[in-house]
Amino acid sequence: MSVQTFTPREFHRQAHDALGNPQIRANFRKAMDGLMNKRRDSFGDWDLETLRELGANIRLRALAKLPDLLEQLEANCEANGIKVHWAEDGEQACRIIREICQSHDARSVIKGKSMVSEEMHLNAHLEEAGIEALESDLGEYLVQLNEQTPSHIIMPAIHLNTDEISDIMHDKTGTERTRDVDYMTAAARQQLRERFMAADVGVSGVNFAVAETGTLCLVENEGNGRMTTTVPPVHVAVTGIEKVVEHLRDVPPLYALLTRSATGQHVTTYFNMISSPRKEGEHDGPSEVHLVLVDSGRSRIYQDDELLDTLRCIRCGACMNHCPVYTRVGGHTYGTTYPGPIGSILSPHLMGLEDTKDLPTASSLCGACGEVCPVKIPIPDLLVRLRRESVGEGRGNVAGAGVKRTRKEAAAWKGFQWMATHPSAWRAGTAVAGKLRALTPSKLGAWTDYRTAPKPAGTTLHALVKRHQANKTREEER
Amino acid sequence: MSARNAILKRLRERADGPLSAPESDFAVVTHRGWSQEERLVRFERWIASVHGEVIHADGDDWTETLARVLADKGVRRLALGKQHPVAAEARRALADTEVELVDVDRDIESWQREQFESVDAGLTSTRGAIAETGSLWLWPTPDEPRLISLVPPVHIAMLDAHTLEDTFFDVVEAQGWAGGMPTNALLISGPSKTADIEQTLAYGVHGPRELVVIVRHAGTAVGEET
Repeated sequence: MSVQTFTPREFHRQAHDALGNPQIRANFRKAMDGLMNKRRDSFGDWDLETLRELGANIRLRALAKLPDLLEQLEANCEANGIKVHWAEDGEQACRIIREICQSHDARSVIKGKSMVSEEMHLNAHLEEAGIEALESDLGEYLVQLNEQTPSHIIMPAIHLNTDEISDIMHDKTGTERTRDVDYMTAAARQQLRERFMAADVGVSGVNFAVAETGTLCLVENEGNGRMTTTVPPVHVAVTGIEKVVEHLRDVPPLYALLTRSATGQHVTTYFNMISSPRKEGEHDGPSEVHLVLVDSGRSRIYQDDELLDTLRCIRCGACMNHCPVYTRVGGHTYGTTYPGPIGSILSPHLMGLEDTKDLPTASSLCGACGEVCPVKIPIPDLLVRLRRESVGEGRGNVAGAGVKRTRKEAAAWKGFQWMATHPSAWRAGTAVAGKLRALTPSKLGAWTDYRTAPKPAGTTLHALVKRHQANKTREEER
Repeated sequence: MSARNAILKRLRERADGPLSAPESDFAVVTHRGWSQEERLVRFERWIASVHGEVIHADGDDWTETLARVLADKGVRRLALGKQHPVAAEARRALADTEVELVDVDRDIESWQREQFESVDAGLTSTRGAIAETGSLWLWPTPDEPRLISLVPPVHIAMLDAHTLEDTFFDVVEAQGWAGGMPTNALLISGPSKTADIEQTLAYGVHGPRELVVIVRHAGTAVGEET
């Protein structure tokens, strides 16, 4: 299997390639259909609207008090013995984590799933410093063996089918070629157990950080998260500053929404809540726990009332599972850590619109993402907002705003605006367009790649209605 | 300025002005009003749906059930605590059997490979369980450390039926979790699993392949108390 690199700058080419790949389309179609059905069934007799309302409300409350809650989280973590670090961007966060590793002469790091660590390319950073970083979530492990990045935030290896995975494991770890999933799972368990025992540092993400108690919550099924946070002598949790919630009682509703929205599970196997390093007299668990809080563009999103909603996200992935575009082109096509609708509204803030200008247009605005979002993020509205920002019609609160603005297009719309607000000019213009319809170009750039170019009607609707009314009046007079 | 102060400053001096925090109504995650019997039915249905095995045991005879489970699963070395009544009773009951009892009140550094490679099962108590999701809740202690519910291939958990509550929210509120969290608090719902290979479920990917819950019914016959 050839290793490809993806970038959001090449979204259109990558989408074209993915659409031409029947394997990718089949893998995603099958997976997304299954996930949509499971989600629907799992909310069964719940009052879903009320629960979503509560979820949105809890996240909004946390954001409303964000600076205070971050300080409270820090104070409570420190009081519990968890060391808290702050990072302006991914690079700073990488450096903090590398320095923690180096202070323990760490050679090997084992990782639980963390999208923030993907976002900041932690593995590459550590490897440059001679520290091996190994993913332990089975999907992430497979993707890493295959020298790829995750194609889904919950199911990283969703783009691969059983045969492809069998080949990867055979080529990279020497297991037998097989379609036996239990065999492959057992082999990975064996391989990774050795690595857990040998690891000097465990790095994990955080699903919810509770300010009130200084508690880090991790949601998982495999147990690799518990291993990562319990077996190595040092645990480093890394998370975006928006993941904080105010109270412990805020956690159960968000957890209920998260598991059902993500995979249609009524609960995950493990809900792991960590509030301190190993205490005197305890026999296992890390002797040091660190929490790295990463900003990386989030405080900029925070400034704007409309964009703020982006930060409510609890990273369930339901928006991608229900997105007709994501389902067809797959996660890699986006070329970003977070693919699908949430990625399209988040990545422009993390990477700037220059590189991500095509992502807000990777949507038919069908509205499915907004309808399923467990915390009611108005994703379609935010996609439209970012489209406006990219042509310089927004409030300029996004890095790279105006990147798609061209003088010609801006002038064309300005002209249209003037015409549409001056009825006599409009009538004259449309009448002329009707007369000259034979001259309309049949090629209109990308628009006509898959569509027929529109032609103005010979007679305008206005003229038709006028004629109709005139005829009617004449008949009545008769 | 430190990163910390710079970030907090930006958040505090928000361009669109301060935000108002809404109140939350938690009614949708509480007030289920289930009877003890309904709780048991729900707990069992949900944990069974994720491959958890539930075995009911009658009052003081629960250790006989435990012995049977150990025999069925072919457990020869069982890791367990000493002080918790569950561990103490199990130790007494298993003293004269062929099952080897493995002490867990040792720092993991001194027996990590032994725990990873030659323990067949871990026995733990539980603090309670959640009917709505079929979840056990555990607060590991020095007597019953974190890893014995994770590393051995079989986890056997002893649950007292009367400790079942309706929802996770109810547990957090009724048990006053916010007043003092332990080093590690856990919800466990079934054995370790993955669906990362083409969405095919496989158990025991990192943690136990099997979870057996022995539900102890105090004094009365199984299923009769309210």
